[in-house]
Amino acid sequence: MADNAHTTAEVHHEGGHSGTFPPFDSATFGSQILWLAIAFGVFYRLMTKVVLPRLGGILEVRHDTIAGDLEEANRLKAESEAAGAAYEQALAEARRNAQAIAGKTRAELASAVDAKRHAAEAGLAARVGEAEARIAEIKAKALGEVDAIAVETTEAVVASLIGVEVGRDEAAAAVAAVQAK
Amino acid sequence: MAADKVDPIHQFQITKILPIQVGNLDVSFTNSSLFMAATVIVATAFLVFASSNRSLVPNRWQLVAEMSYSFVANTLRDAAGKAGMQFFPLVFSLFMFVLVANLIGMFPYFFTVTSHIIVTFCLAMLVIGTVVVFGIWKHGFHFFGLFVPKGVPGALVPLVTVIEIISFLSRPISLSVRLFANMLAGHITLKVFAGFVVMLSAAGVTGVVGAILPLAMAVALTALEFLVAFLQAYVFTVLTCMYLNDAIHPGH
Repeated sequence: MADNAHTTAEVHHEGGHSGTFPPFDSATFGSQILWLAIAFGVFYRLMTKVVLPRLGGILEVRHDTIAGDLEEANRLKAESEAAGAAYEQALAEARRNAQAIAGKTRAELASAVDAKRHAAEAGLAARVGEAEARIAEIKAKALGEVDAIAVETTEAVVASLIGVEVGRDEAAAAVAAVQAK
Repeated sequence: MAADKVDPIHQFQITKILPIQVGNLDVSFTNSSLFMAATVIVATAFLVFASSNRSLVPNRWQLVAEMSYSFVANTLRDAAGKAGMQFFPLVFSLFMFVLVANLIGMFPYFFTVTSHIIVTFCLAMLVIGTVVVFGIWKHGFHFFGLFVPKGVPGALVPLVTVIEIISFLSRPISLSVRLFANMLAGHITLKVFAGFVVMLSAAGVTGVVGAILPLAMAVALTALEFLVAFLQAYVFTVLTCMYLNDAIHPGH
């Protein structure tokens, strides 16, 4: 190693470099500072003007796209949920309508049946009344004939029993007297 | 020339490519300048190429570019909050510049820009300068409240303030020396072990057998150096974010 170090020193002298450790050689500082300023200045400009807007744009577009897609998915989900709810509602309404229609039909039918029954009953009642009237009429007529028969019978009975011809009026009076008792 | 190869310091030598002299000042275009330019070109070209598709579903190159973007953005947001995002271009540029410079330095025969203290010191001063200028512009005299932490007993305030000021002044030094020393030491170590391989293998059969160990070390160190290259860029970025946080919220 000692030999090596010796050679190193020799090389430095031969190369015409100053003997100082290169990073601490202040003779090169001016050039390094200047070129660093130029290089880093150019680099900074390139980063701010070209690279960072590009990368930032890419990331922003991706972020926006993902956010937009999520929003769209949420919107579609809400839409399908709304559609589901609307369907449920329509179904419930249809069921309710069907029940209403059924109820109405039932009521209509019932009322029609009732009306027919009432009509039939009324018809029947009218005919019964008619019949009753006729019966009463016949009964009255019959009863009237009974009086006449009674008078005739009275006449005949009296004639056959006592042989006296009784006038029709007398017999009728007698029958009425008996009836009145 | 064999001596050159085993000289671990030679790789840090600055050589003039295009000598330029302005007055007394030597501002030659050197190998260091060349690799600074290479760093800018490689980093920009990669980021532009990787983001050229602008696809919604990224390919692997675009993913790397996006990851570096979100990585720096998250680091900055965690350390300095939402207000810190105004410094995002600066922090991102610093991170990419240091990272790419470190990684380019990993190629054999390539010059490592960040292995020179003046470069890392300038970058550190850029950070601290931003902190001080922005802090004073934004908060005025209140910015110096940074040196007087809250909740310190009255008698201790002068002492704590002195310590805080020293700590603040040492920030650019620690920030720059950390990066510089890591890159420098890593490359020297790597070169030393690689030098052992060359020296030992020149010494016959036993030497070749004996060179296996330093070769394995050199391989392992190369892997470690890639890690360090990334880690130091990351550490530089994290510390930058923390210092910027002081400029934005000096009350803390």
